[in-house]
Amino acid sequence: MESVDLIYKAIYILVIFGITLLIATYSTYFERKIAAFIQDRVGPNRAGPAGLLQPLADAGKLFFKEDFIPAKANKALFVIGPGIAMLVATMSSAVIPFGENLIVDGREIWLQAINVNIGVLYVFGVVSLGVYGLMIGGWASNNKFSLLGAIRAASQNISYELAMGLSLIAVLMMTGSLSLREIAEQQHGFNWNIWYQPLGFIIFLICAFAETNRTPFDLPESEAELIGGYHTEYGSMKLGMYLFAEYINIFVASAVMATLYFGAYNFPFMLELEAWLADMLDSVVAANNIVTMIGVGVMFAKIFFFIFFFMWVRWTLPRFRYDQLMKLGWQILIPLAILNVVLTGGAILLKEHLF
Amino acid sequence: MENLFYFLSSLTLLCALMVVISKNPVHSIIFLIITFFTISGHYILLNAQFLAAVNIIVYAGAIMVLFLFVIMFLNMGKDERDQKTSVITKITGAIAGGLLFVVMIAALKDATLQPVDVDNFNSQIGMVENLGQLLFTKYILPFELASVLFLVAMVGAVMLGKKETGERHF
Amino acid sequence: MEPLSNRSKKVQKREMTFAERAYLPAIAQGLGITLKHFFKKKATVQYPEQTRERSDIWRGLHVLKRDENGAERCTACGLCAVACPAEAITMIAGERKAGEEHLYREEKYAVTYEVNMLRCIFCGLCEEACPKAAIFLQDDKLAPARYERDEFIYGKDRLVEPLKTTETK
Repeated sequence: MESVDLIYKAIYILVIFGITLLIATYSTYFERKIAAFIQDRVGPNRAGPAGLLQPLADAGKLFFKEDFIPAKANKALFVIGPGIAMLVATMSSAVIPFGENLIVDGREIWLQAINVNIGVLYVFGVVSLGVYGLMIGGWASNNKFSLLGAIRAASQNISYELAMGLSLIAVLMMTGSLSLREIAEQQHGFNWNIWYQPLGFIIFLICAFAETNRTPFDLPESEAELIGGYHTEYGSMKLGMYLFAEYINIFVASAVMATLYFGAYNFPFMLELEAWLADMLDSVVAANNIVTMIGVGVMFAKIFFFIFFFMWVRWTLPRFRYDQLMKLGWQILIPLAILNVVLTGGAILLKEHLF
Repeated sequence: MENLFYFLSSLTLLCALMVVISKNPVHSIIFLIITFFTISGHYILLNAQFLAAVNIIVYAGAIMVLFLFVIMFLNMGKDERDQKTSVITKITGAIAGGLLFVVMIAALKDATLQPVDVDNFNSQIGMVENLGQLLFTKYILPFELASVLFLVAMVGAVMLGKKETGERHF
Repeated sequence: MEPLSNRSKKVQKREMTFAERAYLPAIAQGLGITLKHFFKKKATVQYPEQTRERSDIWRGLHVLKRDENGAERCTACGLCAVACPAEAITMIAGERKAGEEHLYREEKYAVTYEVNMLRCIFCGLCEEACPKAAIFLQDDKLAPARYERDEFIYGKDRLVEPLKTTETK
């Protein structure tokens, strides 16, 4: 790789990192706003215009609070816990294709940090590590409620990872590739996977809620039973990092859902638009770049819709009971996911033999 | 590349040793997880990305979570940790380990590494497509047998965990 | 056992339909309801900038009125204290001295007049009992929150209507 490419890549990675953090920051604001709107209130509106500076105020508060470590806690692990949660959360956005290629000085820049041919597995692996932050933090707190929260988080994540993986397999069977970029490319135009995989999408969506510990599956931190769950003993920015990691996970889960099922950066009539623009501007490069930027906008619109959906569901549904959660995961979602795999396989075979 | 290999190897060995040495079982588990990561790093150095990812998903992501889960549940207190191992246990342990070491040296002494055929070496051998092709053609029988084994294990686990009539769970 | 009345109804547990058991239609319905509220007009009143409109007969903080010459109307007759169901009003009566005619309208006046705002239930009976139209409950002022309990005992310094001439507001 040439040094120029390397610099572009570095800039791109920094931009994506910044955007991830920015979106996570403002997710806290929009969470409160959406909660308020759904409950017929107006939400935070004092800090800055329409309360837009509220996340800064929150962050300032968290930074200046006392950094408290319980006396009987395992100090090293207590500090490492939120760090792992945050690290793992920020790692996973690396393989998501946020757009097609930009052409600058005759050089193609792909709007994807790293294009590994096992992109889906990478996301899956990194997400499965996310639970360590919760578990280690919960255990190191030396608190029964934290430990219960950590144990709930662990068993919940393992249970729902299975159904998630199985629902993914159907998509992978259709596309025949593990690379997220290729999956995105195959959904060109309006040929999105959701039209072929509605059941798989619903399973994936439910599992995404469970994996990010969001309501109705936020049992690891259910305040009514476990005080605060795994972060009972945490305060100041260490608590902030846990909350932040949750929002980053929501962002990543939204991005993955948009990529896998909703055509990533693809939108209807993109080829026609590109051809028309190339005609209009008399430049193929400019047309390509404009369409790419529109694609990035479309991608983020989809991501924001899913983030909104996460919050919308949070303020609509009550929490599941733990046995209901387990029953849903093991007895309903996994058989459904297997059924989905079988149906997809049958459909692929039928298509090969009939057409 | 070579430096990276040595760095990873020493890290792997160090973490693997720490698994055995550390007194706290949770620390042991965490070092074991790091060991799996470094092994995944080795897979990536060998251009076997699929194996690296699966190693992390299955071992670090699922099995180690279960290990940690169980150890947290057992909640190994101080009394278990502080127990002094007797001298006899230490001696027998040293002898057993030393014997294993001797056997391994004897086995590896005469083993010759097959030289890598540089011209015909396929650097893409570790990729998903090639691995799948190989698994489902040449090694189809062992692959399917392994899956049957898993099925048997799963059925057994379900049978053990199944509630019998009249049995009470608290 | 024989039933006491024949009004008891046999409750039957109805088997849920598939749509109900699938749970997803119910979720969609719930999401629809919350989305409807998302776009509804908000009930919030932006308090410091904007106050909720009060009724015309709202009974707020008490005031001791002055007459048109600026003399206090209250004669310390004690009818308000008698009428008060919460026994929040206490007063000590005094005789007006010569030269104080511009201060007090009648020969007898209240030397101290205290309303305990923690006891007061703002019923307005004092207002009705007063023969001199001296005490009123304002419709635009509230007894504000304070840190100390004794600050809630309002004396004449805070109850008597300020003089028109000294009013700076």
